Amino acid sequence: MITEIAPAPERTAAEPARPGRRRRAWDEVPRWQIYLPLTVYLLFTLIPFYWILLFALRPAGSTSLVPWPMTFEHFEKVWTERSFGTYFANSVYVGLATLVLTTVVALAGGYALARFDFRLKRGFMLALLCSQFVPGALLLVPLFQIFAELRMINSLGSVIIAETVFQLPLSMILISGFIRNVPYSLEEAAWVDGCNRLTAFRIVVLPLLRPGLIAVGSFAFVHAWNHFLFALMFLSDQGKQTIPVGLNTLMSADSVDLGALAAGGIIAAVPVVIVFAFIQKWLITGFSAGAVKG
Amino acid sequence: MAQAAAVAKPPAPPRRRRASATPRRLPYLLIAPAALLMLGFIAYPVLSVFYYSLRNHNPTKPWRNGFAGLDNFTRAFAHDPQFWDTLTFSAQWVVVEVGLQLLFGLALALIVNQTFVGRALGRALVFSPWAVSGVLTSAIWVLLYNSQTGITRYLADAGLGSYGTSWLSDTSTVFPAAIVADLWRGVPFFAILILADLQSVSRDLYEAAEVDGASRLQQFRHITLPHLKDAIVLSTLLRAVWEFNNVDLLYTLTGGGPAGETTTLPLYIANKSVDAHDFGYASALTTVAFVILLFCSIAYLRLSKFGGDSK
Repeated sequence: MITEIAPAPERTAAEPARPGRRRRAWDEVPRWQIYLPLTVYLLFTLIPFYWILLFALRPAGSTSLVPWPMTFEHFEKVWTERSFGTYFANSVYVGLATLVLTTVVALAGGYALARFDFRLKRGFMLALLCSQFVPGALLLVPLFQIFAELRMINSLGSVIIAETVFQLPLSMILISGFIRNVPYSLEEAAWVDGCNRLTAFRIVVLPLLRPGLIAVGSFAFVHAWNHFLFALMFLSDQGKQTIPVGLNTLMSADSVDLGALAAGGIIAAVPVVIVFAFIQKWLITGFSAGAVKG
Repeated sequence: MAQAAAVAKPPAPPRRRRASATPRRLPYLLIAPAALLMLGFIAYPVLSVFYYSLRNHNPTKPWRNGFAGLDNFTRAFAHDPQFWDTLTFSAQWVVVEVGLQLLFGLALALIVNQTFVGRALGRALVFSPWAVSGVLTSAIWVLLYNSQTGITRYLADAGLGSYGTSWLSDTSTVFPAAIVADLWRGVPFFAILILADLQSVSRDLYEAAEVDGASRLQQFRHITLPHLKDAIVLSTLLRAVWEFNNVDLLYTLTGGGPAGETTTLPLYIANKSVDAHDFGYASALTTVAFVILLFCSIAYLRLSKFGGDSK
């Protein structure tokens, strides 16, 4: 068991020099103390996932605990009859537009924060931090009034703007942190070679920011994809609604069609699962580099 | 004005010389889109909430609209037991959720930080509910808690409990039922953040502690915990604010029921403004919520001595 512990073989070699000590107690956690709680927790995590899969795949009215015989009737039904096809397209559009808008605006602002000293900088940073405490949910009515005045109610644009605005502060703080990690001298070297600031940024800094931008963009997409309240409030036209609103409609029906709800849930989860699998390796390093350490 | 501001830092170090060759307005141009969006869609709505909190404003009763002074606030504190009920429930919800999420998140992070066979898969599975939305969480747990075909049916088959039990519509079980559903997707957030921070603890510290004969529990208390302190303080604070404000899950899972048992203050505010059109009063309640959040956040950072002596 101890052989799988990798770090620093020379330390292991040095071990006999301290007789009488327990060797590396921290690494010698008994295996059952890892696997037992992990298994219990994994059951708690995975049973709900299995449950929704079960309901989505077994025929209506079945009480079997395995999804067999398997059917895709619920998916077909929810995709066409319950317009999840339309909701899906709307959600993809909102998610991608939020991703692009958030990333571009946060990149510009983040660059300014990372590379310039200017008088309003401290105030701006403070505003970014304070905005973390402003709950979007409590601003629904004034936001509704603003979008009504802009004639944007019932247009996906209202949701895109609202999602972007509440994503921006954290994205900008994260991106400015990533830019600060790129040495300024690299950019200056490019200027000496005759690049202007924009070109230097594009060919020197941008490629190095890619992992960070992927993480920030993915967060923006997932948030916009998942978020429910703005879409619920600003989009009344059924053809304009998004997946979470569709799920809510299924849930609040008088007699809930459980198979359709489960299939709709799976449809809602697919893009998020893909994005999650894609960014997982950046998640931990990205957070430790940017968010917590500031 | 913008120019004057940028000039105000004249003796740039030589390294910055080329940078000053670009227009002085550049930083302002770069933050302008973000600043304008935030002014228009965060600052302005916040100010309008403050403004309306001092007015009667109800589109269905326009004859009463006008300046109200502090009437809305008096009404909340002195004459609205529902305000107190929902505020108490919000506090209860936040404390229980954040406390349990931290506890389980910390335990999980410590476990998956060990070296063991299947660690990568274990981490991926443990973290997987992280990105699941509140509405999807509700959908999943509505299926699990369903009285006819949910988990209770199979528990009853096994002789536990009785058939037809609906945890979400019984006032005595709805709170733990909703708490568990929210824990399911909330724990991974803490696990991820704490795991990220655990990776930066120097191994040498543990080895030194071992040389001194410290037990694993002592190592945890005197090395790990102090190292994690800032991350824990910050993530619990952000999570508490988030849990306070978040309405997706409870709105879709219980709708604030049964009998208003799970109505948080934000849900109550949404009901007042959206359903009852009582916008002046809802704005006053929003203002109260702001002040409470701000006060609690500052107090929490003070009491926890955030960013202070630790490490």
